[in-house]
Amino acid sequence: MAAETKPDVKESEILAAGYQVSHSKSPLFYEKYERKGELQGQTHYCPGCGHGVAHKLIAEALADLGLQDKTIFVSPVGCSVFAYYYFDVGNVQVAHGRAPAGATGIKRTHPDKIVISYQGDGDLAAIGTAEIIHAANRGEKITVFFVNNAIYGMTGGQMAPTTLVGQRSTTSPWGRRPSNEGFPLHMAELISGLEAPVYVERVALSDNKNVMKARKAIHRALEIQRDGIGFSFVEILSPCPTIWAKDPVEARKWVAETMIPNFPLNVFKDKKHEPVENAVVPQRPVYEVLEISNAPVGPDAPIQSIPANAHDASDQSINTPAETAKLEDINAASAPRPHVHHFKEFEVKVAGFGGQGVLLLGQLIAEMGMRERLEVSWLPSYGPEMRSGSAHCHVCLSKERIGSPVISHPDVLIALNEISLRKFAAQVAPGGLILYNRDRLPADFPLPQARIVCLPASEIADKLGNTKATNIVMLGALLEETECLLLETADDVLKTKIKKVAMLEVNRKALAAGREFIDNYVRVGAVSQPDGFSY
Amino acid sequence: MGAYMRQLCKGNVAIVKGAILAGCRSYYGYPITPASEIAEAAALYMPQVGGTFLQAESEVAAINMVYGAAGAGARVMTASSGPGLSLMQEGMSYLAGAELPCVIVDIVRGGPGLGNIAPEQSDYFAMVKGGGHGCYRNLVLAPASVQEMADLTVLAFELADKYRNPAVVMADGYIGQMMEPLDLEFREPEIPERPWAVKGTPETRKNLINSIFLEPDALEEHIRKLEAKYIRASQTEVRYETFEADDAEILLVGYGITSRILRSAVEMARREGLKASLLRPITLWPFPTQAIAEAAKKVQKILVVELSNGQMVEDVRLAVNGKVPVEFYGRTGGNVPSVEEIHSQVMQRVLALA
Repeated sequence: MAAETKPDVKESEILAAGYQVSHSKSPLFYEKYERKGELQGQTHYCPGCGHGVAHKLIAEALADLGLQDKTIFVSPVGCSVFAYYYFDVGNVQVAHGRAPAGATGIKRTHPDKIVISYQGDGDLAAIGTAEIIHAANRGEKITVFFVNNAIYGMTGGQMAPTTLVGQRSTTSPWGRRPSNEGFPLHMAELISGLEAPVYVERVALSDNKNVMKARKAIHRALEIQRDGIGFSFVEILSPCPTIWAKDPVEARKWVAETMIPNFPLNVFKDKKHEPVENAVVPQRPVYEVLEISNAPVGPDAPIQSIPANAHDASDQSINTPAETAKLEDINAASAPRPHVHHFKEFEVKVAGFGGQGVLLLGQLIAEMGMRERLEVSWLPSYGPEMRSGSAHCHVCLSKERIGSPVISHPDVLIALNEISLRKFAAQVAPGGLILYNRDRLPADFPLPQARIVCLPASEIADKLGNTKATNIVMLGALLEETECLLLETADDVLKTKIKKVAMLEVNRKALAAGREFIDNYVRVGAVSQPDGFSY
Repeated sequence: MGAYMRQLCKGNVAIVKGAILAGCRSYYGYPITPASEIAEAAALYMPQVGGTFLQAESEVAAINMVYGAAGAGARVMTASSGPGLSLMQEGMSYLAGAELPCVIVDIVRGGPGLGNIAPEQSDYFAMVKGGGHGCYRNLVLAPASVQEMADLTVLAFELADKYRNPAVVMADGYIGQMMEPLDLEFREPEIPERPWAVKGTPETRKNLINSIFLEPDALEEHIRKLEAKYIRASQTEVRYETFEADDAEILLVGYGITSRILRSAVEMARREGLKASLLRPITLWPFPTQAIAEAAKKVQKILVVELSNGQMVEDVRLAVNGKVPVEFYGRTGGNVPSVEEIHSQVMQRVLALA
């Protein structure tokens, strides 16, 4: 708050300067400013300060429009931080510069209420530039009153983003120098350059005539919000006698003679209501969106499940209720079979290039394990590692609660490319298995302690008409070779994951082809590594 | 009451599902790896259940949208990771100061600075001790599984309301990115009345959301009031889990993803006849000080493991108060220790006891 230096000005002088002092208080103000603590009959603003006038114009407009009970007033940080002392409406005080963001959260919560963001130049045009530009650009249906007095009042006279070229302040003691501090920001012009704002005007509290124009602008801005039309913004050039070291009359004169030429008064924008086309979001019941069934579930009832990657933007298809019903039909027909697993814990690492379905294969194995009532975890490589073109994931299947989901020594490595084979083969547990996506090992590849089965999964998938089924060929091979999970479960999972009939057929064939390769082409006991099958 | 089914779900997605189950219909956020799936899931789900999803221009704006929505009486959340949480600290201080309930999720990544996107637990100080200004606390919950990502998010909303204070769900990149079975039980959320909120109604016209107290005595009184609330929370909201707690010689303490590795390490140690046990704080604030002090009486040594260079260990040491040695093992930079690595750390320390 500015120091309370009160220039000695007589009311008669104010009147002589053409400014009507009105002693009546708006009914929208509190009778007594109890929150203020002391001097409850008057505001904390300095004599001649524009805030008092701006407050009064807003209060009158709200009263005229009958909006008192609907209004939420957002105070900023700055001299007007205590606006809530005065306005008898709902009040929220927000961090420096963040009022448009706070107002956004309020308005989105109560779209039919009147939300006002009242900000000074430091708050709106310096620290809060991002918030005001983006709230305006989103067309938030709020009203912003921007009080521009070209100086920092509360902190005692530092330079504002709107300080004029050559204007002195405590932090521009030689006057604002464009080469050092740049030029004053013209917020009304900036905001009006955006698509969404509906109403943008700059007014000035310089004389009676302009105060009347300000009153009209404030009224109009609030009407626009009341009618739900869009974002409205009124910049109010406002005197700050104390910091400017002028008496109130001189200060208003300075607004008229110095500020207005620099910040021209104008209605920059006054758009009619134009409905914007929005995509329609389907509304669904919560249990459906959360994919939880309302059907009773007992220990023997079918476990239903949904596509694990339903949230993936890359695989976007919001299920319609009809589709969901279909899913449920499929699920109902696919109760898990009793299966006594031959392991306590079974850990699989899948690795390859991005796009080979590495992460999906891991998810399928985890999904299958879950349907067979095992504890499962799936942990992917993520971020730039994925974007660099290689991907891997860890899948744990266990009869007991899973501790670490990070696998140091997988029982099985599914290597979809040579890099992955070279990188991870040595990690495989002794006696473990490596499924390698080629018909032979690289010539110089040292034999690890694990069995290696080479199968040209990509070639097999190619012959089936879709290289993308490489991972499913591998899944078939994994199931046939290890019997870790049931073929029927794989089929169930594929049915729920793949909605296109043709695609499902290809994947089923891929699954069978992977099994068949293990059954018919892998020679048990073969050891010739560089160019054949190793066992 | 409806029934449930198991679904394979990603940790980050489970957070949003938990939030919707808890009746949250407001999400304001900004994408950041490894937390972006939370924003993506919220963008997908929230509008379908009549809720709001808004991608803010920054984390600074996001947390202030949360502030506005919370002040307006909404059950509201945001989520981010380290650098984003740094930007949110101002807003979190305001939320605590103005006594606004909300849920803030931190999927911790490597720091400081831009660090990397791999898992760390190095935001413990920032979330638990506060990274914003002033005398305040966050309620901090540390899930260790996908199921807990949902369950503790629900709990976070309840605690936030109960104490009118921000509640933080703090996980790491691994818990956020991994998939596990998730059981969700449908129920009608219980959202308490918020008579203090500013709703633009005649009944709430006199309400004020604020954190300014100009007079020193008034601010001190406010801080005492917050303090009383925090004392109440620390007496009633402590949650932790123990494993193989009887007859242990060495106690391992860790939370989140680390606790799972420690659990495996305890199993490995037990198989070899080493008497190890685990205590996993579920609430990082309030911290299970009493439980750790009690546990310390029964063991000869405590080993704290974190994905940081030692943050929670300070609270363990305060709890133990010098009764037994508290040692530390940490990995940073996104490195996650293997079970074998922890096992060898446990071995060394148990052998040193002999």
